[in-house]
Amino acid sequence: MNLPEPSAGLPILSILIFAPLVAAAVALLLPAGRAVRWWALLATSAIGLFSLSLLFGFDASTAEFQYVEQRAWIPLLGMEYALGIDGISLLLVLLTTLITPFCVLASWTAVTLRTREFMVCMLIMQTAMTGVFTALDFVLFFIFWESMLIPMSILIGVWGGSGRVYAAIKFFIYTMAGSVLLIVAIIALRLETGTFSIPALMDQPYDLGFQLWIFGAFFISFAIKVPMFPFHTWLPHAHVQAPTAGSVLLASILLKMGTYGFLRFCLPITPLATLELAPFVLWLSIIAIIYGGLAALAQSDLKKIVAYSSVGHMGFATLGIFSLVQNGTVGGALVMINHGVTTGALFIAVGILYERLHTRDLSKSAGVGKHMPVFAFFLGMFCLSSLAFPGTNSFIGEFLVLGGAFEVSLALAVAAVPGVVIAAAYNLRILQRVAYGGTNNPDHSAVADIGLREICLLTPFLVFILWIGLQPAPFIGIMEASIENILEIISRAQP
Amino acid sequence: MPDAQPSVFFAFLPEWIMLAGVLVLFVLTLGGDRVRAARWVSVATGAGVALAVLATFRVEAVLFDDAYRVDAFSQWLKLVFALGYIGCVLIGKNLKDIRGDVRPEYFFLLATSVTGFLLLAGSVDLITLVVALELSSFPLFILIAMRRETTAQRSQMESAVKYMMFGIAASGIMLFGMGYLYGLTGTTSLPLLVERLQPVLHTPLAVAGITLTLAAFFYKLAVFPFHFWTPDVYQGASNETTAIIGSLPKLASVLLMLRFAGAADPGVHTLAAVFAVLAVGSMFYGNLLALAQTDFKRLLGFSAIAHAGYTLIGLVALEETGFTAALYYATGYLFMILACFTVITRVSRDGSNLAITDLAGLHKRSPLLAATLLVGVFSLAGIPPFVGFMGKFSLLTAGLQQGFLWLVLLAVLNTVIAVYYYLRVVHAAFFTDPPEDADTAPIPLDPATVVLCLALIAAITGLGLIPGPFLETVNASLSSIRP
Repeated sequence: MNLPEPSAGLPILSILIFAPLVAAAVALLLPAGRAVRWWALLATSAIGLFSLSLLFGFDASTAEFQYVEQRAWIPLLGMEYALGIDGISLLLVLLTTLITPFCVLASWTAVTLRTREFMVCMLIMQTAMTGVFTALDFVLFFIFWESMLIPMSILIGVWGGSGRVYAAIKFFIYTMAGSVLLIVAIIALRLETGTFSIPALMDQPYDLGFQLWIFGAFFISFAIKVPMFPFHTWLPHAHVQAPTAGSVLLASILLKMGTYGFLRFCLPITPLATLELAPFVLWLSIIAIIYGGLAALAQSDLKKIVAYSSVGHMGFATLGIFSLVQNGTVGGALVMINHGVTTGALFIAVGILYERLHTRDLSKSAGVGKHMPVFAFFLGMFCLSSLAFPGTNSFIGEFLVLGGAFEVSLALAVAAVPGVVIAAAYNLRILQRVAYGGTNNPDHSAVADIGLREICLLTPFLVFILWIGLQPAPFIGIMEASIENILEIISRAQP
Repeated sequence: MPDAQPSVFFAFLPEWIMLAGVLVLFVLTLGGDRVRAARWVSVATGAGVALAVLATFRVEAVLFDDAYRVDAFSQWLKLVFALGYIGCVLIGKNLKDIRGDVRPEYFFLLATSVTGFLLLAGSVDLITLVVALELSSFPLFILIAMRRETTAQRSQMESAVKYMMFGIAASGIMLFGMGYLYGLTGTTSLPLLVERLQPVLHTPLAVAGITLTLAAFFYKLAVFPFHFWTPDVYQGASNETTAIIGSLPKLASVLLMLRFAGAADPGVHTLAAVFAVLAVGSMFYGNLLALAQTDFKRLLGFSAIAHAGYTLIGLVALEETGFTAALYYATGYLFMILACFTVITRVSRDGSNLAITDLAGLHKRSPLLAATLLVGVFSLAGIPPFVGFMGKFSLLTAGLQQGFLWLVLLAVLNTVIAVYYYLRVVHAAFFTDPPEDADTAPIPLDPATVVLCLALIAAITGLGLIPGPFLETVNASLSSIRP
């Protein structure tokens, strides 16, 4: 695959990447507190609105990269500044740009200490995340991928909960350990082909041994990010200790980078190795689904429940992606988006609850729904989405994934089904405890229901949950061509 | 070589300015307490040298009977040395941990040493090279001993003697090796020597000659097993002296190693094997021992050993990509280490050594220093977008290109080990609150320090993201050291 000619006109992707950085520089000059909050909200909202312009010029019928930008960067080392998006990355870029304003809004009252530094970290994160999904040069990709570590660990380590330092360091070392192998693989690919250009690396006739080796390096680094069982152990700590906005960023965007890596690199660059190792990955996904669900069922901390549910949901995403059939892979990609919306919403909901009750314990927050009916409504909808209730977004995604799994093998699909049931169990458990409670609940009569800011914060998530759930066609349509192209590469490679 | 030989005066301009600065500083030492004046003369000299280098950037000349060469390669390095020199002087500030009566002398000796470094960049004859090397080394021995004495403790003397003994021994080995090379080729002129070495390159004698010559540079770079002085000297010398020892000589030794290793090609497996073994030894030794340190300077000492190991990966390749990468990395390292020491000298009120725990709450006491530390330490750890990442990346590329997969894998394993102790520093500065009895007052920064911090952050990030100009010039001019 070759990179199409750079498109003329406004370098939209560069603007999307660097606007948050400029906004961060401006934020450094503002006084901490209100001004910085409003500025961050204004900047991220403007960037979010601007990113929607990507939709207008995007041609969903082709798998070609669009909005391509290409400039010389470090010619001596063969690196280019190359950007571009296809259907898969378009949705993820939009997810990133649209969710960041809500992260700012979610930390409006929760973060009172060192607001300026907090917002600067968030904005730098946005730059790095957008960069990851748009980079078409492998080194550029890696730079964005790694530079995320610093602001993210600071978000966890400074503004997090009581065990924040341990969580931040664990997150950092885990991710770093994964990505050093990635860097070796990137260099090896460059020495083999003479280029760092991601499209040019795809669909090349590397021999199987080399592919297995590269796949292994990719896999460890992306599986840690997803996180797949057994590399998931950093996730509960990071999620639980992070401030609400950090959890949302982690769940909605950072975990997607792992599955995005599978779709963008593992499948098209090492198709033979993918075919060879897919069964292994599929069963790991099944373990993740079941294990994540069971672990979530055993927690009493609300954030931990959502964190472990992430492991399960991401298991569905990898299950779909590695089923390597159209339905399954599209479903897997859709699960990525769904998880971003639903889990982000759940983390914000838990954050709202924590701000009021100062606890995330399931039994201590029992029955709070009686005093917070509006909140209970939102929480209920999010939980239904999380358990893949028909009419919500997750239903479509998981349905497609299970359909794909059936095409691969009956055993696989049968093994995945209990995951759905377990998901229903832990979500209903949240709902039952928090919304209804038992007979003698703690006294929550002083707790106020959510206000206008929080309703504004939660409504868009609900809109997307129902929109994808009832009318998924436009979302699927955007990425269908790109995924078809990836699967074609794989079928061409099949001996 | 250009047709018209530029005047000796013009081509040698940076060195002239440096020498003039040294003389002025010498006069200053004769008077009373003139620290401030000496400090500003030093900064002005450094700035003058940097400007002169920029003015003479395109000049190519061979001076002093082929003993000294001015070209883009040497000019780049002189520029980096000049900037590093300014950095060291600004870090020293008012030399709070140096005996009061010798403070102007401190600046004089530092300038003398830097003169040596500048001359090293251009020397292409064994004799000029040795003279320049010793000129740069001897003042450093004295600088270490100039730390203020604390009661019942003379660790600065111990450090100075250690550094000197090791240094002299290494120089002796180097001279021994140079003797072999001279015997094989019958010349002291490096370009000629490299050329005449080609037919006999694979003989044990030539390999032994090159390896022994390199010993002195291994010592300066703190390569295992020539590293024994490092942690003690880092700890015993005053903070500002350690900043100097940790930065400028490293770059100089990489430069000199290239001058000699440049004679070889990837076919000289013995030499490649020597470099590879030393690289692995340094990386593991440095990183594993750094894990256990509590003194920040000592930690940086062990990390210096590890970084010497990374740098050697570029030499293992024995070809241009690797050499460029090694030089690039050493240049980046200079700025990273200066960033760390800027923080150390400012946080340590009375100039005493700094434990990692003393950094607690730094982000509240001085956000700018904390940011500088963050950039420096993460760059050392090899996290993008800083120069430490791009440097390691180019080193690993060079290594893998010559098929040293095992070495590259060991190097990345070491990167992960190293992350832990760098994170401990970040942890202290950002994530912990200082204990009750600790000094929590904000740290006031003078304008020079603010400028220094911002410049270092800019240099570390800029070199990491836009290394193009530097890499290309160095790579293109490497031909001057190749047969």
